[in-house]
Amino acid sequence: MTPWRRNRRLPAAGRWLRRMFLGCSLTCAALLTACGTPSSSGGAPPAATSVPASSSLPAPAPASLPSLIESVPGEAEPQLPANVVDYQGEQVTIASIERIVSLNGDITEIIFALGMGDYVVGVDSSATYPPERTKTLPNIGYQRRLSAEGILALNPTLVIGDETAGPPEALAQIRAAGVPLAITADPPTLDAPALKIRFVAQALGIPQRGERLAVQVEAEIARARDLANRITNPPHVLFLYLRGTDVQQVAGLRTPIDVMITAAGGLNAGAEAGIVDFKPLSPEVVIAAQPDVILVLTKGLESVGGVDGLLTIPGLADTPAGKQRRIIAHDDLYLLGMGPRTGQALAELAQEFYEIAAQEK
Amino acid sequence: MSAASTIQTSATLQHRSGWRRIGLLPALILLLLASMTLGASIGAVAVPPEAIGAILLKKIGILIDVPVSTQQEAIFWTIRLPRVLLGMLVGAALAVSGALLQGVFRNPLADPGLIGVSSGAALGAVAVIVLGISSFGLMTLPLAAFLAGAATTFLVYRLAQRHGRTDVATLLLVGLALNALAGATTGLLTYLADDAQLRSIVFWTMGGLGGALWETLLIAAPWIGLALLVAPRLGQALNLFALGESEARHLGIDVERVKRAVVLLAALATGTAVALAGPIGFIGLIVPHIVRMIAGPDHRLLLPACALGGASLLVLADLLARTMAAPAEIPVGLITAFAGGPFFLALILRARRQYGWG
Repeated sequence: MTPWRRNRRLPAAGRWLRRMFLGCSLTCAALLTACGTPSSSGGAPPAATSVPASSSLPAPAPASLPSLIESVPGEAEPQLPANVVDYQGEQVTIASIERIVSLNGDITEIIFALGMGDYVVGVDSSATYPPERTKTLPNIGYQRRLSAEGILALNPTLVIGDETAGPPEALAQIRAAGVPLAITADPPTLDAPALKIRFVAQALGIPQRGERLAVQVEAEIARARDLANRITNPPHVLFLYLRGTDVQQVAGLRTPIDVMITAAGGLNAGAEAGIVDFKPLSPEVVIAAQPDVILVLTKGLESVGGVDGLLTIPGLADTPAGKQRRIIAHDDLYLLGMGPRTGQALAELAQEFYEIAAQEK
Repeated sequence: MSAASTIQTSATLQHRSGWRRIGLLPALILLLLASMTLGASIGAVAVPPEAIGAILLKKIGILIDVPVSTQQEAIFWTIRLPRVLLGMLVGAALAVSGALLQGVFRNPLADPGLIGVSSGAALGAVAVIVLGISSFGLMTLPLAAFLAGAATTFLVYRLAQRHGRTDVATLLLVGLALNALAGATTGLLTYLADDAQLRSIVFWTMGGLGGALWETLLIAAPWIGLALLVAPRLGQALNLFALGESEARHLGIDVERVKRAVVLLAALATGTAVALAGPIGFIGLIVPHIVRMIAGPDHRLLLPACALGGASLLVLADLLARTMAAPAEIPVGLITAFAGGPFFLALILRARRQYGWG
């Protein structure tokens, strides 16, 4: 385990910290113990292939840990009521954060990273991080297919999410029921993590803490991009969105993964082949793209039966990526969530691309 | 149809004219009231019937001594009541459209999908999703679905018309062809859709009443209400239609007018229903069958009974849809198909035994 992979356990430590934050007598020693405990890591599963770890970049300094926001005296209590301007320019006033329902996985992750996870009473099915907490919380269904009734039944004092939450009718019903509904913008750029963190923190009445986390995440992203800039011969990366044999799509320009691949020092082979948005996978696209590496989501790879299943997709086996069995798989929320772990995900991708680039030289 | 079957038809009408015919409508009204009360009270947050009473009385200024939380009140007014009312309207619209079309096609398999309204509406909805149109806010999708559904039906009707007359068999075949065309176009758009759009399409195609708002209800109510009020007036004409089209004409029925009215009413009711709740299958098919099994084929009774029965059935199906996996929701179209499929199979097998098919 690299020191950096160990970091993904952080929400556990974050919970410890929150208790400290709330005045529990937790010493720094206890904190260190918490960090060192080999508790289960729920983050991105390791890459699916054995990309040789020989020629690697200098290991990045352990990234600053999102949930390890040190408390500053006088800021412990959320300042309520809080006011926040949502993505449509409407002002939302939040009087209480006692019961929070989070509509999207990335927003849930941010709330936990801010150390406010104990107030969450409901999450959607895309919330997979931190796993040990999100699994046990009441599930309100899929973020794009929410039901207002299920959400209101949890008696929330705040419903918070990003603009992918829907359908709009359900949101209109929640608003009509008089529950504060705070929806943040979620632009498909690397500005999104900090923007969403600041929004969530503002809504929870802890703007300073949010500011510190946002700055940390921005710094991590910047560091990861520095790593990426050292890649001189960027590998061609083909991202495949897979759900079994029925849904197989290639990511082109204007997709969140395009932003990630480019920022991590790769070339999006889909975009190079002239694809915009997601388009169905075809052997021609694969041959035109000639990827050096194939990037997939962990669940997508499972849905086609692992690496062997993936390579039976027509055309793939004959590409450089297929011949070398260079397939990278990452967790959905980790890679595409644009949440607090974006910097880590970018750094990990950059590392992987760097290793592939080194092999290609 | 021969004279023998004419006699048989009227004999059947008379045979069933006992208590079943008299008792059916009051029983269905009670069933609908019970379904609505159940639908409004059961859910992730329970609003017991006495609380519903208290909430309703409070609205008109009478306070009674029943504990009601503000949460219950908010859920009842903003979610449950619009939802139950929409379920009622949509269920009634689908069942009555089904009964009308089965009557005019003289075919028990006819359902509102036949005249292209569902596939047209699906095309409109998918186009809005894939092309990302949102000119009319929340109403864009229902509006596009309704217009596309109505346009497809109009096209089916016009293409089937020749020398001012519409041959029912041609209507059926033209409907089939246009359904295939609309389906192919929908397929093409689906192929072009990205991941998020695909999911929206899939969920829309399964149907659901979750989007019920007072606004949508106010838009739906006049159209569906109009269709439901006018439909029973066609009852006598459809009874004569059962004898055969030319027989009906000889008996003084303006068959072209009846056909036009049926297609128009079915398109109006189904189009509005599909636009707001997505395609919900089987209601239009099974409700008329159930009613006929209980009270015989008299359309004067069949049409209002279908309205009440369809409304109750959909409200109950929706109740199942949102409680089975609470707090998440199963699309109600899946529930009606799960219940409707086996029912329909049983119906076919029964008919086979009765009439000695196969």
